[in-house]
Amino acid sequence: MSDKSHDPNQMTGAAMIVRALIDHGVTDIFGYPGGAVLPIYDEIFQQSEVQHILVRHEQGAGHAAEGYARSTGKPGVALVTSGPGATNMVTPLTDALMDSIPLVCISGQVPTHLIGNDAFQECDTVGITRPCTKHNWLVRDVNDLAKVLHEAFYVATSGRPGPVLVDVPKDVQFATGTYHPPRKSDVHRSYAPRVKGDATQIRKAVALLANAKRPVIYSGGGVINSGPEATKLLRELVEVTGFPITSTLMGLGAYPASGKNWLGMLGMHGTYEANMTMHDCDVMLCVGARFDDRITGRVDAFSPGSKKIHIDIDPSSINKNIRVDVPIIGDCGNILGDILQVFKAETKKPDIKAWWQQIAQWRARNSLYYRKSNEVILPQHAIQSLFEATRGRDTYITTEVGQHQMWAAQFFGFEEPHRWMTSGGLGTMGYGLPAAVGVQVAHPDSLVIDIAGDASVQMTMQEMSTAVQYELPIKIFILNNQYMGMVRQWQQLLHGNRLSHSYSEALPDFVKLAEAYGGVGIQVHKPGDLDGAIQEMISVKRPVLFDCRVAALENCFPMIPSGKAHNEMLLPEQANDEATAKAFAGGKALV
Amino acid sequence: MNQPASAYFIEDRHDPNETHTLSVLVQNEPGVLARVIGLFSGRGYNIESLTVSETESQKHLSRITIVTTGTPMVIEQIKHQLDRMIPVYRVVDMTQTKRSIERELAMVKVRGQGEHRVEALRLADAFRARVIDATTESFVFEITGNTDKINQYIDLMRPLGLVEVSRTGVAAIGRGPEGM
Repeated sequence: MSDKSHDPNQMTGAAMIVRALIDHGVTDIFGYPGGAVLPIYDEIFQQSEVQHILVRHEQGAGHAAEGYARSTGKPGVALVTSGPGATNMVTPLTDALMDSIPLVCISGQVPTHLIGNDAFQECDTVGITRPCTKHNWLVRDVNDLAKVLHEAFYVATSGRPGPVLVDVPKDVQFATGTYHPPRKSDVHRSYAPRVKGDATQIRKAVALLANAKRPVIYSGGGVINSGPEATKLLRELVEVTGFPITSTLMGLGAYPASGKNWLGMLGMHGTYEANMTMHDCDVMLCVGARFDDRITGRVDAFSPGSKKIHIDIDPSSINKNIRVDVPIIGDCGNILGDILQVFKAETKKPDIKAWWQQIAQWRARNSLYYRKSNEVILPQHAIQSLFEATRGRDTYITTEVGQHQMWAAQFFGFEEPHRWMTSGGLGTMGYGLPAAVGVQVAHPDSLVIDIAGDASVQMTMQEMSTAVQYELPIKIFILNNQYMGMVRQWQQLLHGNRLSHSYSEALPDFVKLAEAYGGVGIQVHKPGDLDGAIQEMISVKRPVLFDCRVAALENCFPMIPSGKAHNEMLLPEQANDEATAKAFAGGKALV
Repeated sequence: MNQPASAYFIEDRHDPNETHTLSVLVQNEPGVLARVIGLFSGRGYNIESLTVSETESQKHLSRITIVTTGTPMVIEQIKHQLDRMIPVYRVVDMTQTKRSIERELAMVKVRGQGEHRVEALRLADAFRARVIDATTESFVFEITGNTDKINQYIDLMRPLGLVEVSRTGVAAIGRGPEGM
């Protein structure tokens, strides 16, 4: 028998975890120490290849890892302790599952002999996180740890990406065992996501596209997840076909907002032209999107006259909400390449001049119109100003959730993928600030801005402290209307303007708050001061809380009222009290 | 349709429900059954019957047979949702193949005397149920068959002094030489 003490692959479980991170190319992790992960923290202390960012709350670690992942295309890694550390991760794990973000969470667990004993800081972590991860593992034997860690990275990043969690009891972290580097056999034989599209289906799809009179491309986050090649191919497809393109909230940036075929975002707060094009089209090509309920409006009235092609890597996304005619399962980069190849060989090219004329009429409705004011800053104006001031810069945007998020999606133009980090599926208030921390860690020299609301930002405000500690000059651009704006909007439109608990009676002084954290606070009230204040914010090389006081009662339009179809949008110029009341006429709220 | 004021689109769905039997081949690892059941409860699917046991111990494979109901679209979803779970090897819709055999085993306890006892034995014979326990005032019958047959047998035993029933749930296998 060989002398095990000299075998470099003999190590403790804690050392294996750090070693596996290095082997998977991880350079930054986000975490919070505690009793059940102390051996891992001890290993982290004794090395310099993996940088650990200490957050102020585990939820912050999770969202920071998400921001890191979405802005780089690499998996984000979070490290938390047992019990409350793990339960605080539930929100980011669920968020990552809904938005298909590759996230690897390593959690400490009480020693194996105490599991099930209601020990101090014990919880059933794998049980709690089972429905909010793509897969999770409890490792009971140190000799299984290397295999599980490698499998975890593979599962998180392959197929439809998602969050995974590895729960490691403290005695397993202390125990010594054999480590091995990543290898193919580390993966469940039952897990084999399909990447190549079916050739027959691709030919069917091209036949539809080539004969289309009123086509539309509807792309989603899957294009961005698939990687730079998919983005390139999507842009080429738009170029070659000349088709109009719209995108979901998650897919912004895959096609540039300045591109001539761009219709703007679709869905509940999408543009009139995007939704009308979807409603009246005869062929719809859905690429890496999932017909979410914020997109479709009333399902039985969704794009009634169209043949639908759906490209998705996850077979369970096919026919879930909307019946499609040509499903193609596989990686959208791969499939877009095949479609392009077949399409280019096709002799018949669609003539869609009349369709573009129709779209131009819809565009002329100017559905993002708002009344500017010299007295008070309109939130839309604030975002437009921010966009203008950052044009041409190396900028990343994160958001919280609510009106400001929709205005950001409507008024900030994204030219590249991975530049827009927002909580789409779960709609997590408090996502943006920690996500900005993660983005800034990945891109230290870039301009990272969290477009925030005054309510959302207070949910994870403590991560300002993290930003200050690591000298991360994130900019928190707060559209402060003193309300939970989207809640207030729904209460106004649907609940007789009874503003139940949506007004923030006691907001902090954000300038003083920024200073208390050691950052910079800026406040602006007047439209005339806005541009200068934004310039000041950008030039400061420290974390900034930017308190932008905006019109309190502004509503987010256009919108598809509940129970309505894409062609029944409420446009801003129609949104007087009477029309609004009519559009939202219905019984008392039940849900 | 009178739509209540809501952030969600509330719709009535009118597709008729179907009953399907699914065979699911899984890696037998800790928590795998919880994953499958959690999927059903979490997404609001129905489980009419569930049978699970390790079938190939060397390869650590278990076979789960699930009888479920839902609209055709929901049944399709259930299959895809199961199939994308990491430890799931295969999902076969036994109902869709139309070439499957389904069996269930039940143990039925009946208490009674005199004519009821004689009648219970006579019906057991007709249904090919076996007596596996007997006292002077009771029988336990073992009966194997498809769900309908067992339901029918239990209904017949009810007036004859039915005490309790223990059922295994459905196990299903395809006809012919091929495996799943």
